[in-house]
Amino acid sequence: MFSGFMNWVDARFPASKLFREHLSEYYAPKNFNFWYFFGSLALLVLVLQIVTGIFLTMNYKPDAALAFASVEYIMRDVEWGWLIRYMHSTGASAFFVVVYLHMFRGLMYGSFKQPRELVWIFGMLIYLVLMGEAFMGYLLPWGQMSYWGAQVIISLFGAIPFIGPDLALWIRGDFVIADATLNRFFAFHVIALPIVLLGLVAAHIIALHEVGSNNPDGIDIKKLKDENGIPLDGIPFHPYYTVKDLVGVIVFLFIFSLVLFYLPEMGGLFLEAPNFIPADPLKTPEHIAPVWYFTPYYAILRAIPSIGGSAFPGVLAMGLSIVFLFLLPWLDRSPVRSIRYRGPYFKIALTIFVISFLFLGYLGTQSSSDITFGISNTLHSQIFTGLYFAFFIFMPVYTKFDKDKVVPERVTD
Amino acid sequence: MKSLFITFFLFVFSFPLMASEAVHFEKVDVDITDKASLQRGAKTFVNYCLSCHQAAYMRYNRMGKDLGLTDDQVAENLMFASDKVGETMTIAMRPADAKKWFGVTPPDLSVIARSRGTDWLYSYFRHFHLDDSHPMGTNNLTFAGVGMPHVLWEQQGYLAKNEKTGELNVAQEGPLTKHEYNQYIHDLVNFLAYMGEPSKLQRMALAKWVLLYLALFLLIAYPLKKAFWRDIH
Repeated sequence: MFSGFMNWVDARFPASKLFREHLSEYYAPKNFNFWYFFGSLALLVLVLQIVTGIFLTMNYKPDAALAFASVEYIMRDVEWGWLIRYMHSTGASAFFVVVYLHMFRGLMYGSFKQPRELVWIFGMLIYLVLMGEAFMGYLLPWGQMSYWGAQVIISLFGAIPFIGPDLALWIRGDFVIADATLNRFFAFHVIALPIVLLGLVAAHIIALHEVGSNNPDGIDIKKLKDENGIPLDGIPFHPYYTVKDLVGVIVFLFIFSLVLFYLPEMGGLFLEAPNFIPADPLKTPEHIAPVWYFTPYYAILRAIPSIGGSAFPGVLAMGLSIVFLFLLPWLDRSPVRSIRYRGPYFKIALTIFVISFLFLGYLGTQSSSDITFGISNTLHSQIFTGLYFAFFIFMPVYTKFDKDKVVPERVTD
Repeated sequence: MKSLFITFFLFVFSFPLMASEAVHFEKVDVDITDKASLQRGAKTFVNYCLSCHQAAYMRYNRMGKDLGLTDDQVAENLMFASDKVGETMTIAMRPADAKKWFGVTPPDLSVIARSRGTDWLYSYFRHFHLDDSHPMGTNNLTFAGVGMPHVLWEQQGYLAKNEKTGELNVAQEGPLTKHEYNQYIHDLVNFLAYMGEPSKLQRMALAKWVLLYLALFLLIAYPLKKAFWRDIH
């Protein structure tokens, strides 16, 4: 009965073929470790954000006069509205936690290297769109931090020489952040960017399945195949990794629920206290800080001094800090992928890079004039910004002359 | 590698600890499940706050339900500004008038506990002091130059600021002792915390069941994974 139905479908749509190619006969290396959970978790969070987003849209009002109240209406009067809203707000931060860990995995095991350059590029584009999505979504509650955060970020575009002021005006649709801005951000947040995001995720996965997954040893498992053409170190994604990822999903949801139910504001990191005051164009908050996932870039922005009263150098540095990530596959000259078989230079460089990124993230939440360990936070930011860029700029050199080890033929665990 | 992950998490989650070093207020223990305290706080709120301030996102009947009061009890004891229990806590004073009288429109208090924090509120209500240079005759240590007069003087009396030490001393006794007034403010802050997020009651009640469900699910999923992976070496 069922096989008859599937035959009927398969004659018209490659359902079984797709299932085989992407799940039951997609051979993934058998040595995936802890770090390989975050890809499927990112997909889970994406679905979570879309589903909760749909329900939020049913009650949210994209209107400067009504937006703040409609969020409180969701929190109080909509059935389960508080749960949906907290899932969405916690989900935004969870998305970045998962994506940052996913990217770190890629750095560690050389997943960005040949032949997976396009997987990496699509992934970076996802990251970029995700930042836009998060930024625009944060304006929607129309609180003080929503408003002034957006004001600061959009004014960055105003720092671009010649076209800057007109560009900022064009983005806002008004001379200050206003109803017009809220409406267009809503349109981008609920329709435009999610569509682009879904397209990019599809491209990311298609590109990955074309070349096959990397693994903690960075070995090409397709080199050694059995008589049936199946990689010796490969196992079908389904059922092996579907049941394994299910365990990851449950553990993730457990941690996610702990935050959602007990710490939805995360001490002001996920939901900032000033955002419980309705947006007021006449009153600037004392301390404007972006949400935690943007703070490393915010610290880089503030670290670079203005030239001739223009903040453009900082904006440029912030842009470059992301552009360099795109170039990673071509900056790395080592023949070895995984950190397990890399020499000491890369290991040291990656450690310094991660520490710099984390400290920049911390410094981005702090007032730049504060003094820590006897030097100002601005100087701290400048040091870590220098180290951040050094990771990329010197990569062609230290990866080329690194003392890499011999990579084994087969995966090791 | 796992330790790296843990370090990352500890780092990220310790941000709020590092970030909150600004001004230190006396910590106040808020317990929004203490219905007696919430009822006392609600009474103070509707008697003293809810004439200049509104709480336009809070419904009377929702408050009644969460505080263990019937609609009739709410209507009789806590509703002076509206006539239907399904309404939100709005006031008759026009914002423009309020601005003329106080210099600033008294803010909506629905989510004040979430924007100011309960420690701040607890400190604020106890730190009014006499100040002739101020139009209202009082000022506040926690919120210098505040437009609000010391509405609760009927309970606390008046404090005066010692200009040398900066300490507040009793200038005019009120009916409540210092300890009683602290408790009185504690109840009010408790109520404001409840009003900031009434759904927190549901959130805290639901949490353990969700976590229990996930834990049981893991007890099934992990052996399932083990069983599937038995033949992978």
